[in-house]
Parts: sequence; structure tokens; C-alpha cells
Amino acid sequence: MIQVNQVSKSFGHQQVLKAINLTVPKSHVYAIIGPSGAGKSTLIRTMNALESIQAGEILIDGISVHDKKTDINKLRADVGFVFQSFNLYPHLTTVENVAIAPIQVKKVPKKEAEEKARELLSSLGLGEKFASYPGQLSGGQQQRVAIARALAMDPKLMLFDEPTSALDPEMIKEVLDAIRKLAASGMTMVVVTHEMGFAREICDQIVFMADGKIVEVAPPEQFFSNPQSERAKDFLAKVLQH
Amino acid sequence: MHWNVIPENIDLLLEGTWLTIEISALALLFSIPIGVFIGLCRVARNRVIANLAIGYIEFIRGVPLLVILLWIYFVLGRFLKLGSYWSAILGLSLFSAAFIAEIVRAGIQSVPRGQMEAARSSGMTYAQAMRFIIFPQAIRKVLPPMASQFIILIKDSSLVSVISVVDLTLVAKNLVATSFVALEIWTFVALLYFCLTFSLSQLIGLLERKYKVLE
Repeated sequence: MIQVNQVSKSFGHQQVLKAINLTVPKSHVYAIIGPSGAGKSTLIRTMNALESIQAGEILIDGISVHDKKTDINKLRADVGFVFQSFNLYPHLTTVENVAIAPIQVKKVPKKEAEEKARELLSSLGLGEKFASYPGQLSGGQQQRVAIARALAMDPKLMLFDEPTSALDPEMIKEVLDAIRKLAASGMTMVVVTHEMGFAREICDQIVFMADGKIVEVAPPEQFFSNPQSERAKDFLAKVLQH
Repeated sequence: MHWNVIPENIDLLLEGTWLTIEISALALLFSIPIGVFIGLCRVARNRVIANLAIGYIEFIRGVPLLVILLWIYFVLGRFLKLGSYWSAILGLSLFSAAFIAEIVRAGIQSVPRGQMEAARSSGMTYAQAMRFIIFPQAIRKVLPPMASQFIILIKDSSLVSVISVVDLTLVAKNLVATSFVALEIWTFVALLYFCLTFSLSQLIGLLERKYKVLE
């Protein structure tokens, strides 16, 4: 479903992605983990062209994401993206937040889109928040609205950029539960995360990044019990000790 | 005191007031779309377009309105056969548009970058994202500075008297010249200008409250 071939990217003189290769098959869940500054967020943001790349290519269902000839809006409509900082639209209610892209991008009739938005919000435990504005919600609730907003487009693929990093600890679970449910439904997902337990539990593969490179790709049991690289051993020793 | 000069000439004064309102309103009407357009160019990713917008804003801001009015009336106006009335409106519109463009730019840039990213990542075009996500948020932030700009526009319109548009200021000037009653006339004119600007700022205050409720 996603193929990343020899992708490189620099910000000025600093190379943040160094010839990255990665393949994510359909209905698989991949977690990208690693120390900060490793290029995890940059990598996931290149997957729907929120970041440009300087070399290589990324294919989603065979379509080149960064090709000038690709209709990027059409491609993005099929790829759900969830941000660390939610980025909900503060001037719209939760229902409007969820329904606006289907209405404007897919031309779904307003009534139908809002009906579906209410269903999605209810399924994420937000049945009583239809008329609320993002500013009236907790972080965990906002992130669930953001997940509903992404799902409203019926994406083939979901990308999560540190979805729980901006949350208070007691709100992390409700968001992870929502992602867990999605994984169980067979959604193809890439999740940048610092939640090791979560990555271990729901992911098919762990992608370990450091210094702009993918150092190791392995199933969770293998990665957490027997990491191959020194860099991964060092990282795990630091994050798992507390 | 010669306050009776006011009721005696009230027709002239009201005519002048009306012309001031007319010119300000038309200049406002034209300067908003021009200003919004230039403001959008100013934040465009295309460097050429952005630099053209910057050039316009910097140039207009750097030249006194009086000189712009005189230049449009005596140079462009002669060439295009504009006459003093339309020269005045054109000059005020182009001048005000530069300031509105800067207000629009500040408004757009005050919306966090993540808003544009979220909208684009859901498949919206740049234009859709601007229209449905960025603009509605920017408008709340730009209303107060816009109000100031509109008030400045009304006050600046008094300068059109130099290109012989018979607005409130020119009416007053002529009256003072013939009646020699300066204090009463200029005091009354000052109050009239204040009534105009104060009503406008109250009106925009209403708008601001309307948008606040929505948040």
C-alpha cells in the first residue's frame, strides 16, 4: 500500500531523511519509533506531501505522491492524517469539523455528511458533544474528534503523527483505544508514537529510526526482546527503564 | 459668537457631509476587495506575486496621500478623463487598499499553520482551505484593525478638498472664507466628522460581538 523508495530530505544543510526505504502492506499497522530528531514526523508528513522530498519517491497504491502530475488533493482525500496538536477548526462545531471535508471535497450532501459525522462521533464516545466547539473539549476528546474527521473521508490509509504526545496521561488511553479499534477493523496505519506498550500490542512491525535513517524493522516481540542494532538497544534501555 | 452661521448654511454643510459619506463609502467598497486581493498575493507562495504585492504596499505606504491624490488628479486623471470626483475615490481606494492588505496578511498569518495543514491533508484545495478554514478565523482577528482603518479613511477623505471635491472640509473652508466665522464652523465640522466615525466604530463593534458569540 505504501512504498517509500530511497527518500531523502534536507532542511537547509541538515539532512533529516537519508535514503529511506519502507514498505507497508495493506491492512498492516506500522509504528515508527525512535529518539527525537530522528526524522519520524518528517517521514510520516512526506507520505501525504505535507513535506516535500528532494530525492526518491513515495507510492501510495502505486500513485507517486510527490509527482507534479499527481492530483494531490484527490490522493490526500484517501489518506487520513491525525496531528499531534489535533488542529481542529476552532470556529466549527465537532459535527462541522468532521463533515466539512466530505461536503467540500467529496460533494456529499450536507445532511448526509452531518448524519455520518454524528455516527462517527458517537462511535468514538462523543455522542454528547455534537454542538460543542473544540475549545470546549478536553485534549483527549479533541483528538478523538480529529480521528473522526479523518475517518469521515473513508480513507484507505491512516497516518498518525504522535497522536498522544500532547495529551495529559489520563487521556492517552481513550485515544489509544480508538486507534486500537481501527487497527482491529483492518485499517492500514502508520503511527509515529512514543507509547511503547501500545506499539508492542497493536503493531505488525516496529520501524526504528535514528539520525534520519531506518535502523531496524522488526515484529514487536523480536524488536523489544532482542533488538539487533546498538542504537535500538541503547534507545530501549533508556525508554523502558522507567 | 456667531452660531447662526450654522443653521443659515445647513444645506451646504449637509451637502458636503453627504459627499464625504459618499466618497468614503465608495472608497471603502473598492478598497476592501483590492486590499483583500493584494493581501492574498502578499502571502502567496509564488515569490514574484508576493514581491509585487510587497512593492505595491511599500510604495503606497511611503507616499503621502496628498501627493497620491494630486498625482492621480493631475496626471492619471487628465489622461483617463476621470474628473475630481472619481480621482478622489480612486486615490483613496488605492491608498487604503495597501493598509487593508497588510491587515489581511496579519490576519491570515495569525491563524496557526496547522489549520492549513489539516485542511489540505483532508483533500481541500488551497482556495477551499482559505475560504472555509483560514478566512473565517482571520476575520475575527482583523475586525478591530479594520475598524481603525475605515475611520482613518473617513478622516483622510478630508484631503480630497485639495482636488476641488466639494466635501465637508471644502464647504467649511469656503464658508469661513466668506463669513469669517472660523471657530463655530470648524467646531461644528469637527463634531460632524466625529459623528460619522463614531457611528462606524459602533457598527463594527456590533459585528465584532456577533463573531465573538460564535466562538
